[in-house]
Amino acid sequence: MDTAFTILLDGLTYASYLFIVSAGLTIIFGVMKILNVAHGSFYAWGAYCSAYFVGQFAEMGLPDWTGFFAIAGSAILVGAVLGLLIERVILRRMYDQEEILIVLATFGIFLILEDVILLVFGVNPYFAYQPMAYLGSIELGGITRDVYSLTLFALAVVIAVMCWWGLNKTRWGLLLVAVIHDKEASMAMGINVQAVSVATFVIGATLGALGGAYIAPTVSVAPGFAVDVIVLGFAVVVIGGMGSIPGALIGSVLVGLLRALTVHKMPELELFVIFIVMSVVLMFRPEGLFAPAKARKI
Amino acid sequence: MSNQPILSVKGLEKTFGAVVAAKDINIDVTKGEIVGIIGANGAGKTTFVNMVTGYLKASGGSIEFEGRDITGIAPRRAVHAGLSRSFQVSQVFMSLSVMENLLTALALARRKGTSLLRPIHEAVLVEECEAILKHYEIADYRDQTASTLSQGVRKLLDIAMAVVGNPRLLLLDEPTSGVSIEEKFGIMDIVMSALKSEGTTVLFVEHDMEIVERYVDRVIAFYQGEIICDAPPAQALIDPRVRELVIGEEISTSDTGEGGTEMANA
Amino acid sequence: MTDILAEKTVRWIALAFLATALASFVLPDWIVNNLMFGLARGLAVLGLLVLWRTGLMSFGHGLYFGLGAYTVALLESYVGITDLFLRIAAAVTVAAVVGFVLGFILRRYRDIFFAMLSLAFSMVLYGILAKTEALGSTDGFSVSQTTIFGWQPGNKQPLFIAITAFAFVAVILVQIYLRSTLGRLTTGIRDNEIRVEYLGYSVAQAIHIKYVISTALAGAAGGMMAMALGQVDPDSMVYWTVSGELVFITIMAGPGSVAAPFIGAVIFEFLRTYAFELAPYAWQLIVGTTLLGIIFFLPGGIWSLLEKLRGSGGRHNV
Repeated sequence: MDTAFTILLDGLTYASYLFIVSAGLTIIFGVMKILNVAHGSFYAWGAYCSAYFVGQFAEMGLPDWTGFFAIAGSAILVGAVLGLLIERVILRRMYDQEEILIVLATFGIFLILEDVILLVFGVNPYFAYQPMAYLGSIELGGITRDVYSLTLFALAVVIAVMCWWGLNKTRWGLLLVAVIHDKEASMAMGINVQAVSVATFVIGATLGALGGAYIAPTVSVAPGFAVDVIVLGFAVVVIGGMGSIPGALIGSVLVGLLRALTVHKMPELELFVIFIVMSVVLMFRPEGLFAPAKARKI
Repeated sequence: MSNQPILSVKGLEKTFGAVVAAKDINIDVTKGEIVGIIGANGAGKTTFVNMVTGYLKASGGSIEFEGRDITGIAPRRAVHAGLSRSFQVSQVFMSLSVMENLLTALALARRKGTSLLRPIHEAVLVEECEAILKHYEIADYRDQTASTLSQGVRKLLDIAMAVVGNPRLLLLDEPTSGVSIEEKFGIMDIVMSALKSEGTTVLFVEHDMEIVERYVDRVIAFYQGEIICDAPPAQALIDPRVRELVIGEEISTSDTGEGGTEMANA
Repeated sequence: MTDILAEKTVRWIALAFLATALASFVLPDWIVNNLMFGLARGLAVLGLLVLWRTGLMSFGHGLYFGLGAYTVALLESYVGITDLFLRIAAAVTVAAVVGFVLGFILRRYRDIFFAMLSLAFSMVLYGILAKTEALGSTDGFSVSQTTIFGWQPGNKQPLFIAITAFAFVAVILVQIYLRSTLGRLTTGIRDNEIRVEYLGYSVAQAIHIKYVISTALAGAAGGMMAMALGQVDPDSMVYWTVSGELVFITIMAGPGSVAAPFIGAVIFEFLRTYAFELAPYAWQLIVGTTLLGIIFFLPGGIWSLLEKLRGSGGRHNV
């Protein structure tokens, strides 16, 4: 019984982290039809900024809880600056290009930003544990867990609710859904698709950065931090449905639980079980489990 | 065998959800006949062509070609059986030249064993293509890239590609749509004389009644997925139902000339 | 078919390969090594070129590259074979067989779905390799010196010449293929699949064939890389970044000619060596910037630049 509980808890924690990261990726894909490899950059930059600022705050003698402001601030900063920069400078010029080329361009952007991190932050890892230390630990199911990881779960729920509310209950969300379903019809109806795209990209970037920023206190932030995340993010988005938030949620939970299960029961399968599921979904339901987008099979 | 119709369609139906695109279509076509298919946009003409050539699966009914059941087979098998079609919106290889387009078509039509691994620019194939280009009077455009051609020439290329395999039954979907008024008759003259000399059975979908009158032995009129008239042109074009439901509507839409997006929706 | 050797392009390619092989007698080791890696990788890119012309880009050819490399490694550690010809034959066979099987699935997909599915498949292999002790997990295997019919050469030069010869043969075969009707169908399929079907040929089958060709080439490339490097491990042979590098070189080289992949791959190797020496933390920056530069300013890749300089037209010379 304890193992089942541990698996559940581990799975949901991992799922939360996956969801925060892939929510942004899926929104961007839904609206702009771009599979943004540079999402990993938002994640990495969010983590580095967060780790850096948390460290700075600590050095300045500020109490540990101020770290949370560093996290939130970093996410917004990275999302806004990097998001706008990338959209303005690169993506804006590429809207009529083939999808594959756009993906490759975002790959190029990712590579550039990876090295810029090295130039800005150096090669040594950052440890910014303060917010995690602040929340302390708690005993659950016979195992001591840090409260911080549990708040990750709470954060994911909050984001999911905000997305749901934003998409279903606001006028702006309605515009977004319209553009996701049919860009041309939306343009014909007078929706400023350009503005929606930019706003979406920035929001997606902020979410990606938030994922990295929030995770930072639990790990050592070092070069190459984002590389695995990208592929996992793709896997979740593909499984859940490219462009669907509920899909990203279900996809994250599925992948998170599966991973937790395999890690505890069959560790050799851990890495590839996610990609098996991704392959299976692509083969039998290429549009994902929930997508609004149409499958582009011949 | 000789009085068996080359094409026999029985009870053909097609529904897309709640939309009935074709209902109880019964047609027998004799070898060598030239048949004109008319009807307003959305009447079911292209749906019919798509079903006969395998692009769409019928919801019901049967299609027999030369006595063989071909209902529901894939387009490429229909082509092997001896059918072929041209498209309302010309489907050619845009980045290749006219010659290369035709060479590809001919090489595929003539394939046998591992012949497809032979170079495409083989002398034998090239000679035959030169002849076809001449026959269709597009030899001047030989090396021009297909994307730069005028609609009329592209249509001719499309039809030439459909014909290289010497099909015994050819379906032309709006061969003159998108083509300027001056070019229309020129194109049809070229195409029909080329086909008549081979004895090919031809069904073509057309909006322009002048063209229909001039070239066909028989007219089949569609309206909302059903056949409302099947008779020689002299009769069909004065039939009151046809005048009201097809030509009547035709006169108001014939100026636009375009056949709409039936191909894309099919 | 032998008249292909009379073509000008082919003669230039033959000359280039001959010169390369002979150069190995005079060039320093480090250059020869880089050329070797470049030729090997170029072979994989040649495979991607065939797919790219069809309008498809695989983000998972690291799968076959890795299969080729690991076949060589495992053949040695489990069966003790180190012979050059057997190694290459095995690498090609394993990769082609897997490619044939997966091809049945992949041939139904296009665009981003094709790319994602191929990526997923390659990561499945990565996961298996990284976690399986018997397959070396993340440490991988070392690969000893290649023997040729039992003879153990003193250095890597015979291997280099052999790789050059194999690459040349592969290029000629691909060139013949691309000039044939089936090969020409790459452009046809990319332009208009419906038309191809209506000309009586199965697009799915055509894509399947091209896919298997590309996987066989990638397998050969991986095998050669394993022999050249002397080491295999999942991160340098199968991880998605390996596939990404291959895609990068394909775009950078351009689809214009069968020679382009090798030129691109060799440039890539030397660029990487220099970049690591001069600015170790700027390699990814260079690659990323080059990629963006090519996409925006030189969509035909480096080959189109060479063609412009030579004054020839924009058409493929294949």
